[in-house]
Amino acid sequence: MSELEIKQNNTIEVKSKTLVKEKLQIPYAVLCELTHRCPLSCPYCSNPVELEMKSKEIDTETWKRALSEAVKIGILQAHFSGGEPTARKDLEELIQHACSIGLYTNLITSGVLITEERLKKFYDAGLDHVQVSIQDTDPENSEKIAGYKGHAKKLHTCGLIRKVGLPLTVNAVMHRQNLHNLKSMIDLAVELDAERLEVAQVQYYGWALKNQTAFLPTKEQLDNATEIVEEARVRLKGILAIDYVVPDYYAKRPKSCMGGWGRQFLNITPAGKVLPCHAAESLNFLEFDNIKDKPLSWIWENSDAFNRFRGTSWMPEPCQSCDRKEIDWGGCRCQAFALTGNENATDPTCEFSPYRNVLDEPLSNVGKEEIPEFIYRKINVRKPLNGIGHNSNKSPKS
Amino acid sequence: MTELLTLNEECIPKLPRHAKLRFDEARKKWIINAPERVFELDEIASEIIQLVNGESSISVIIDALCDKFEGAPREVISKDTLSMLQSLADKGFVII
Ligand code: SF4
Ligand code: SF4
Repeated sequence: MSELEIKQNNTIEVKSKTLVKEKLQIPYAVLCELTHRCPLSCPYCSNPVELEMKSKEIDTETWKRALSEAVKIGILQAHFSGGEPTARKDLEELIQHACSIGLYTNLITSGVLITEERLKKFYDAGLDHVQVSIQDTDPENSEKIAGYKGHAKKLHTCGLIRKVGLPLTVNAVMHRQNLHNLKSMIDLAVELDAERLEVAQVQYYGWALKNQTAFLPTKEQLDNATEIVEEARVRLKGILAIDYVVPDYYAKRPKSCMGGWGRQFLNITPAGKVLPCHAAESLNFLEFDNIKDKPLSWIWENSDAFNRFRGTSWMPEPCQSCDRKEIDWGGCRCQAFALTGNENATDPTCEFSPYRNVLDEPLSNVGKEEIPEFIYRKINVRKPLNGIGHNSNKSPKS
Repeated sequence: MTELLTLNEECIPKLPRHAKLRFDEARKKWIINAPERVFELDEIASEIIQLVNGESSISVIIDALCDKFEGAPREVISKDTLSMLQSLADKGFVII
């Protein structure tokens, strides 16, 4: 039996078996970003810095067609995400369609817009699993990070999810400003009767890169976290599964981002663009094909954006002659480009990277600098916004 | 899930709602879909899991496998079956 883990941050790890064929792979999962609208404004949001407006969103029929085409190319799982996917009124219809054609469906939500009635509809439509993000266990800090007063509502939603009979994963992005609450996050996940806790790390591109100094944890914080997780994993075996990976910038080798570019995963944006990973638009020189114009099978095989970093032939040294090139695929392209300005560069998290200093430098300052204010994620904002809860009274634009 | 499940031959295993078994035409393999995970089953695991129906106990499953694979000693089949199901139970993908 081999277990393939499809991570929220789209790092896909193949355990106990490494796929090394150069030929076109059958993808496993599609991430459907139904909308960029979201009442929250997390400063590490993985959405692109240029967010799509509601008017650009593709319609219900186009999404349904995309899902049907996904099944045809061998995709097994559909993740409905955003922005906040429940801001789309047709979500139940899309879930229903996905389930009826055999896809395993997962809803990734902040939980602040859901009623019990709607959750029941999702359940009846066949939804398999829900993942709720919780920013921190301390309500005040949680709301500061999210830029929205919704902590209590999130916890309430988690209760409703279990009440209607859906399995729950708590997703907690942990960083410098909340790692001290990791223990209580684990307790909270157990209390909420979650099956899984995903301790996610901030990935530094897009919004998160603007906030790097505010998020980079100290080495000490991370060592502590690793210890806490190891202890809890043993104690809670069979009760709570904990996914946790040490962030790559404190490691010597990069992660296998996406399980390799264009190998296991694809992402469809609110406007219908098909990307090899949710952050791929940060590679601003790439051109993406749109599901409105071309079938998904064509895009998977032929899209320039997918073929650009597929396999290993694009790799420069030191990756090209490295025996790990089909294990980590040279690391994360988006991170490499964001940090070095060179899209082909070996991921700077690798100790062999000639750019390793671009990470070591900020890391050497961690803990010495004052923690700056957040730059919150916001639609159509060019100038950074400072301050806490600037939009806490705003309802989603749906 | 509130307590650790240790399987024995008397247990009647089943898959929870969020773990879904199906044959995948594209890969020509039995797979289990689970949150953010796909288990690709090898031949033995596929034979075992197809007998998991929420009605048969593990010992019934083992007997059925013994019938199917004549000659294989029962202890071996029993050990394989229990360890395969236990590894899924540890992650909450097999329940009783
Ligand atoms: S990370 Fe925060 S702001 Fe971004 S979509 Fe999720 S909840 Fe909304
Ligand atoms: S040199 Fe390239 S392939 Fe080798 S470990 Fe570093 S990133 Fe991976």
